Formats: sequence, C-alpha cells, structure tokens
Amino acid sequence: MTGQDAGTTNRQVWRTESAGHGIDRSQPISFGFNQFRLEGYQGDTVASALLANGVRLVGRSFKYHRPRGIFGIGSEEPNALLQIGSGARREPNTRATVQELHQDLVAGSQNHWPSLKFDLGAMVGLAGALFPAGFYYKTFIANPKRWLWYEKHIRRMAGLGEPPADTDPDDYAHANAHCDLLIAGGGPAGLAAALAAGAAGARVILADENPALGGQLLLAPQRVGGIAGHAWVEQAREQLAALPNVRLMTRTTVAGVYDHGLFTMVERCADHQSEPDPHQPRQRFWRVRARKAVFATGAIERPIAFANNDRPGVMLLSAVRGYLERFGVLAGRTAVLFANNDSVYAASRELVAAGLRIEAIVDTRPGLSEAAAAAKADGLYVLSGHGVTAARGLREVHGADVAPIDADGRTRGAAKTLPCDLIAVSGGWNPAVHLHAQSRGRMAFREDLAAFVPDANGAPYASAGAANGAYDLAACLAEGFAVGAAAANALGLDAPPPAIPAAVGDPVGAAPALWSVQAPKGARCFVDFQNDVTTKDIGLAHRENYVSVEHLKRYTTLGMGTDQGKTSNVAGLALMAAKRGEAIPAVGTTTFRPPYTPFTFNAMVGGQTGEIGHPIRRTAAHDWHVANGGVLTDAAGWSRPMYYATEGLTPQQRIDEEVLAVRNAVGVVDVSTLGKLDIQGPDAAKFLDRVYTNRFSNLKVGRGRYGVMLREDGRVYDDGVTMRLADDHFHMTTTTNHSSSVFQHLEYLLQVVWPDLRVFVTPVTEQWFAAAISGPNARALLADLAPEVDVSNAALPMMGMAEGRVAGVPARIFRLSFSGEIAYEINVDADYGLALWNGILTAGGPHGLKAYGTEAMGTLRIEKGHFTHAEADGRITMDDLGLTGMVSAAKEFIGRRSLGLPDLVAPGRKQLVGFIAAEGERIPVGAQIAALDDLDAVQDALGHTTSQAYSATLGRHIALGLMKNGRAMHGRKVFALSPVLGQRAAVEVVPPCFFDPEGGRQRG
Amino acid sequence: MLLIPCPWCGPRDETEFVYGEAAVNRPSDPNSLSNQEWTEHLYFRENPKGEHTERWFHRAGCHRWFSVRRNTVTHVISAAWPPGQEPKP
Repeated sequence: MTGQDAGTTNRQVWRTESAGHGIDRSQPISFGFNQFRLEGYQGDTVASALLANGVRLVGRSFKYHRPRGIFGIGSEEPNALLQIGSGARREPNTRATVQELHQDLVAGSQNHWPSLKFDLGAMVGLAGALFPAGFYYKTFIANPKRWLWYEKHIRRMAGLGEPPADTDPDDYAHANAHCDLLIAGGGPAGLAAALAAGAAGARVILADENPALGGQLLLAPQRVGGIAGHAWVEQAREQLAALPNVRLMTRTTVAGVYDHGLFTMVERCADHQSEPDPHQPRQRFWRVRARKAVFATGAIERPIAFANNDRPGVMLLSAVRGYLERFGVLAGRTAVLFANNDSVYAASRELVAAGLRIEAIVDTRPGLSEAAAAAKADGLYVLSGHGVTAARGLREVHGADVAPIDADGRTRGAAKTLPCDLIAVSGGWNPAVHLHAQSRGRMAFREDLAAFVPDANGAPYASAGAANGAYDLAACLAEGFAVGAAAANALGLDAPPPAIPAAVGDPVGAAPALWSVQAPKGARCFVDFQNDVTTKDIGLAHRENYVSVEHLKRYTTLGMGTDQGKTSNVAGLALMAAKRGEAIPAVGTTTFRPPYTPFTFNAMVGGQTGEIGHPIRRTAAHDWHVANGGVLTDAAGWSRPMYYATEGLTPQQRIDEEVLAVRNAVGVVDVSTLGKLDIQGPDAAKFLDRVYTNRFSNLKVGRGRYGVMLREDGRVYDDGVTMRLADDHFHMTTTTNHSSSVFQHLEYLLQVVWPDLRVFVTPVTEQWFAAAISGPNARALLADLAPEVDVSNAALPMMGMAEGRVAGVPARIFRLSFSGEIAYEINVDADYGLALWNGILTAGGPHGLKAYGTEAMGTLRIEKGHFTHAEADGRITMDDLGLTGMVSAAKEFIGRRSLGLPDLVAPGRKQLVGFIAAEGERIPVGAQIAALDDLDAVQDALGHTTSQAYSATLGRHIALGLMKNGRAMHGRKVFALSPVLGQRAAVEVVPPCFFDPEGGRQRG
Repeated sequence: MLLIPCPWCGPRDETEFVYGEAAVNRPSDPNSLSNQEWTEHLYFRENPKGEHTERWFHRAGCHRWFSVRRNTVTHVISAAWPPGQEPKP
C-alpha cells in the first residue's frame, strides 16, 4: 500500500495501540502532504506522521528519479527531503525526519514530473548507463558546447525542490554566548557530562539538535537508575534546569568548530510552528566562545548495501525501532531484519510485541551468538551466515531475496525470496566524529567496531559516549560523567564524585566490517542514496584511477548534498579500500567541514539584510540631495549624488549643465566624504615631512599645501591638501577611499617606527561637513555668505585659509581647487552641515549657483588632469604622473629609498597622458590604446585609459590614461579600442591637463 | 575566528582587528642598504609553518598596533606585546 492510494480516508493505520512516549494522542494535528489531508499527533515529525498514515513513497532521487521512502529517523536522513510550507515560507530540501509536525503544515514531495507516482525522469534511471560516475566531466570536457544543449534539460531533471517564491517574511537573529563548557548532544553521555560539570558550578551550555533531550534513550526501551530511560531523561533535565549555571538548548545544532574555542550553533526557534511568535526570530545563529567542550554527538547507524536497497520500505533498523518507541508507529507489517550485530535481537522482541510479523532475521555472521540463539529459541526464524541480496518491488518493498554469503558478502548459494514490506538493516554504527574532526582531532580506526573513533591524543576537546565508540549505555553514562567532571576540574572547579546510575541497555557488541552484499548482475546497490552513488560507481572511479577518497568524493559526488554522507561515507571509503587492497585507515576519510547539518543563509545573515547589512554613511546634506533629484552612488561606503536629475534632461545633459555652471558661474558640491585627520603635537611638522614627498615644515601657519604620500616601495599611495592651523596643528585631507587606511598607516609609523615623535592623529572625517563652491562667481558668493571675512585675493589667496562665519555658521574656509576654478572648501561642524548647505543654496541664486555631483566633479578634474586612484593604481610613481618636481631631494620620507630601484627608473614606463577624441567620437570605458584601428587585430597595447568623460567645456570626449613613454607621445594619433564592448575611437595623445594648463583661473 | 589578546583591551574577537603583516622592523637607515637588501626588506617574507610574529591593529577598539606570536598550524597565540616590548623567550 502507498500513501497515494490511501487518500484522505487514511486514519493512521500504522499507529500502534500503545508505545509512543513522544506523542500526545489527545492532540491530533491535521496536515497536508501533496494533495492529501492527513492526521498526526502533537510530538510527531513529518516522517513519523507520514509513516503512521502508511505513506512510504515520499520523493524521487536526485539523478535517476527512483522512488524513495523514509530511511532514517534523524538528521542523517538522505532520502526523505520535502518542501515544507508555501509561498514566501516555502523551504525545499527539508528532512521529513527532522521537521516537527504542526497544525496545517503543508509538505510536498520533490523532484518529480508530472507526479510523484508517475515520473518521466525515472526513464533516466531505466536508461541505465546514461549517468555514470564522472558523467559531467566526460561529456563536457570533451566538447564544452554540448553543455549549452544539455543544460536546461539537466537543470529541470536534477536539483531538488523549488526555492521560496518571495522574500522571507520572518526575522533571523544572531546571538553570542560565553561558557565554561559547551556540550554538543543531549543523549545519555551529554546529560551525564552536564550533570557532573553543572554540579561543580561550571557555566554549561548543553545543545541538542532534537526537540527533546535524551538522544538514543528516547528511541529504544532502556533502563537507567531503575526507571525507563525516557523518564530518567526527564529527571536529569529537571535537575539541570534547576541549576542557574546550566543552559539547556534544544532544537539547537552545534554546526561548526573554529579556532580559540569558537563554536557556531543554529537554534530553530520557530520551525516547529507555522510562523514565529510575534517579535521572535524563526532561527537564531549563535557564536559561542567556550573554554572547554564535550562532543557527545552519538553514533549513526550504517546500512549494508544490496541490490535495490533504496526501495521505499528499506530502512535503518534503529529508525524502525525509534518510530515504534517514540512515536508508536510500526513502519511495516511484515519484516525481514538484516544485520551484522546483536542489536537486531533486542529490536526483534520489541517489534514482535508491537505486532510486527518478522519473516526472518538475516544475520551475516556465521554461527549463532547468544542473543541469536535466544531469539531462535523464542521461535524466530534466524538465518545466520546469510545476507539480503536484493529488495523486490518498485514503489515499495514486497520481498527480500536472501542467500548464504561469506564474510566478504559474496553469495555462496541460491537465493530465496521472502515476502515482506519492510527490510530493516543494521550494519553497525559510526560514531558522529564530525565535530572532533573539525577541531583538527585525529581519527583512530577500531577493528572491532569497523569504525573511525576520535583519537584522544592531541585532541583539543573530549568526546564521550557513542561518539567516542562507547555504544553500551552504562559506558556512555560513565564516560559522560567522567568528561564532565574532568572539564570542571581542569577549569579549577571542584567536581563532586558523580553518582553514576545503574543502566540496562542493549548489548550492541561488535559489528564485523561488511559494507555490501554481492548483487545480481546489472542490479544497483546504493551506497549514497541522496546522490545516487552505487557500488558500481565506486568501482568505476577506482578503474579510472580516482582512488584517493577526496577524488572519489568529487568524481562520484559520494558524500555530498544535504546529508554530507552521514550514512554513506564510511561505506564508500571502505569499498574503495577493498578495491585498492588496503586497510580502511590507510585510505582515510574525507575532510569534515562545517556545518554538521545544513542551515539557511538567513540564519547566517541574521538581521544584517538590506541597509543594515551594508550600512550607508550619509553626509549632513543627504536629505537635500535626495529631495533634489540626487541620483546616488556608493563611494567608500558613503552615499553620494552622482548628479541631480532634472525632468526633460538626459543624465549627460544634466551633468553638462552642472559642469558648465562651474566653468561659467558657480557650483557647489558636498565634499564631506574626504578623509580628514587632525594632526597635533610638537613634532607634527617633522612627521608630515617624513610621510609626504614634499616639505611641510616650512609651510606658514594659515596656509595649505598639496601633498602626495608614497608607499615604502615608492609607488603613489594617497594625496590631499593639508592646512597648517598652528605651529603644532595641521588639518590633513585624504582621498575618500583611503581615509581609514591612511589613518592606520600614520598610526603605524607613530607607534611602531617612530615612537619618539610627539604627535597625535585623530580621525575627524565625520566631525566635519564640507562644501566646495567653485567657479568664476565663487568669490562674490562667498562675500555674500561671509560678510565678516575678507575674501579678497590678497587676504585669501590660493592655498590660503580663513576662519569666520559662513551663512551664520562658524567655519574654516580653505581656498583650494579641484575644478581649476576659483574655489573655497567650507568646513563646519557636521551638525550645522545642512544649515550651511541651505545657506549656500539660498545665497547662490543671484550668482547662477547649481549643485553638482560626483560625475561633474569627475569631469572637471579630468579636464584639469588631476589623478585619482584610477590613475595611481598602486604601480604608479611620481615620475609616471609627471610630479617629480614635488619630490624633495633634501629630506627623508617614506618611499624615498625605493625611488632609485631599477624598475622605478627603467625606461619605457607608462606615463600619465590625456586623450582627446576626434569630433563626434566617444572613448570606450576601459579602452586599450593601440596603433591600428582594428578591434580584431592582434597588436600590442601602447597603454590604457583610466578615466573618461564627455567634456562639455571642450565639446569633446576626453580621457586620462597611462601610456608607455607617454610624455614623448603628445600629438600622436592612436586608437582607443575596447574589444570587450566592441567600441573604438580615434584619439590624439595630449598632455593630461586639457583646460587652462597655466592655472590662471583658479588663482584669479 | 581568532580571539586576539590586545595588550590594552584584553581578548577580543578577530573582527575588531585589522591584520598588518609580518612583524618586520623598518631599517633605521634605508640609505645604508644595497638595492638587494632593501628589496628583500620590501618584498621577501618568511612563510613559516609554526611560530610566526605578526602585527595587528585594533581598528574597532583602542587604535593601537601590537605584535602577536601565532602558530600558523594550530593558530595558538602564545604572546602579544606592545611595540618595542617583546617578551624575553
């Protein structure tokens, strides 16, 4: 029977009368699965509720679209990936075994078309060898163009689930915590560790990925301290909850281990609800700094591969037990149990008692163990030395082929078919060593368990319980108490001797290594269900020499995907070891990386979305810019207007207007973003002499000077004007981009290189608002704005400064020019910035004032040939820029020693030049300079453009650029080509300053 | 993510700091060096597997530069000190 046939009349037919301490039968829950309306109970997972309704077929596999069912019971689940929720809250690839049921939950199966039951993609699977290991490499490396044809088909068939349709409506949060001891895993070992360390007074965080503490104690009937395991868990929980120094966190996965005691955790606060409570996040991402940690993460049962072992109805034995014990669900009616260890016998008693008919217990081991003999005596059909060779059935199991096998899984006799609808398989257990491995702990291989266990030698953190290979319940508890007490003692606390409760658990015992049973010819034995990797794929990888486990993983995709091979990795590498004829430890494991289980980007991002994710720096006049059509751009985190849009004008027309206003009348631009450093101290002038190429110690008070600083390797680093406010007090400006790094650089020099200099540097960029007014009418405008200030050329010449009220606001006025016109940079307390700005705009009307943005500013500076970081790209020297005259020969400064290095004085360096386009031609962005006007020709680049603009002043397109021996090339006719854009222009090489090279206008 | 012991502020998260580079001292008189020696000072760095001394800047904190001795394999930080106060080994 499948759920699809059951329809809406299904009434939890597989729910048992008793058992199920994890559900509340008085609280039924209605939910949807595909087109069906089903019912479960409070406490169910989607998986347990689906099984209770007899739903076996829940999805289609990734590559072959084979029908798949629920395989496990926890986060290890490779198969049962569903879409949960709808619309903006739809989340694909959610494990049904982890998702808790809530009222009106909507679940849907994935990866099928047109329907789950009849899926065309399954034809891929029937076509067999179409998708062998390495399919993509082989197909597309030989002929990459094939990808263009294949892509859309592959993309529809592969891939799991659909992303949500809209922006996530929920909030996500970040949180930080510190503790003495972080315990990952709240099973018996984790609880014991918490009890021991908590009693000693350690600040403990205990995190468990499940909704309830208890781990394996909840999934099989065991006894601790004379009471049922789950009852002891409740007792321990209450004891711990009463301790103020212990924090218990359920639904919280320890996802990653990082340096210096940092752990990341993801708490699913509201995934068990249809939506979060008001003002609560859906998930919370934790960063925990812990002084000690204990990994009590348990062990994951592993399957044994056989033909068609992926059919719905083939499940892990521990999962079948767990569904019965915790949820009161029998996962089938008639079962074949298939195992290589004794846990199968304890399980058989519970399952029979609950009404399951056991057709046979197939034990791979020859002879009868004590437990096997007891089961046989109870009348169970025990086949020792046998294996399941194949599952029968298509959309669900209806039989198992069973044959005698040897220790290597080879069949040694004819198979017979046993009717059944459930094959429960146990191939032993693998400790969940993930966190230990992430912490760079080494692994040891234990032959008796055929499993990797943590090697305590040199490990930074302890592992305990099943995660440490201690499967026996009593040993789990003992180890847990021991590591908890040891952690507390190591922290200098005094752990009281623990009272370890007596425990009665399952004897799990040894599990001999057996990874697969020989399959009939042509049959598929799956190792990795989620990625459809079969034993044959591993053989193929070996034949093609992908023999390292890391190569095996990438070639076959074994162990990738949302489960990261929790049930498949060890089997995969064991099979590779067998092919290589080596021992398993010699083959090793792939690298374990965070996260332990997948989590959402939303959790990682937390609340840092939109503007909060990328904080924007705004100047005091920001609102004015926006209100007046400012089209904003991002400049080193600042929001700046590129230009002010005006109805009826194209952006270029508007930029032209702004440029011409500056050239013909006056413009104002917000230059608050320039870096500003306040430099004070008796040695301030001496210090500036050492960081700039030119001298500042001879600068008069009240005057400014343009300076360039180099890196130690002699390349141009940053530039700006520095004003001398007093003998021992300077105001330095830096470029917007480097304001932070120049500060850091100066601090480095003062703290590390010249600690004897008495200088303080204070970043004051945000403390000042600055507006530059420039243009022929700038002086007249300033005179109106600052009646108390003498603005005459004699009193306030180029590179002079004045202090006084401007627009009523106390201001520092620096006369300096970026545009080449008469210009004043007016600096006021940032709090008065808007008042100044508005004052300028109001007073500017009669002078023809226009506000201009960064585009016009850039055009003006290109016209004047001023360099920026586009030109000084980190490789450029003062000489390349034609600024040798600014380099003082009479003093030492940072970078001076490098100026004579051979590469910096070698002939043929690129030098700063201008390019002016022929009438009507437009210089492409990022053009290469070439001799031939041919976009397709193979030719040497003579140089490249760095900044280009349309110059309304000149009526031509112009550019700055760097050109080999550029200064000797003035007058040459060359071509600016962009093969990328398919654009070209004929240009003439000219000196970098296009306009008023003598500078008469700015001094006027 | 490292936990860096700032000599002034105590242990703080790596995100508060800016990495400088290997703790190489600037020659007191660069002009006394040959081109080869100066070039080595500029560009040549050890890339040790193990103990490494480097400089960090507490950008979101006290604005102080300091040196850190960090093991590049284990990331264990064994010492941190202000400029010129290297602890005796």
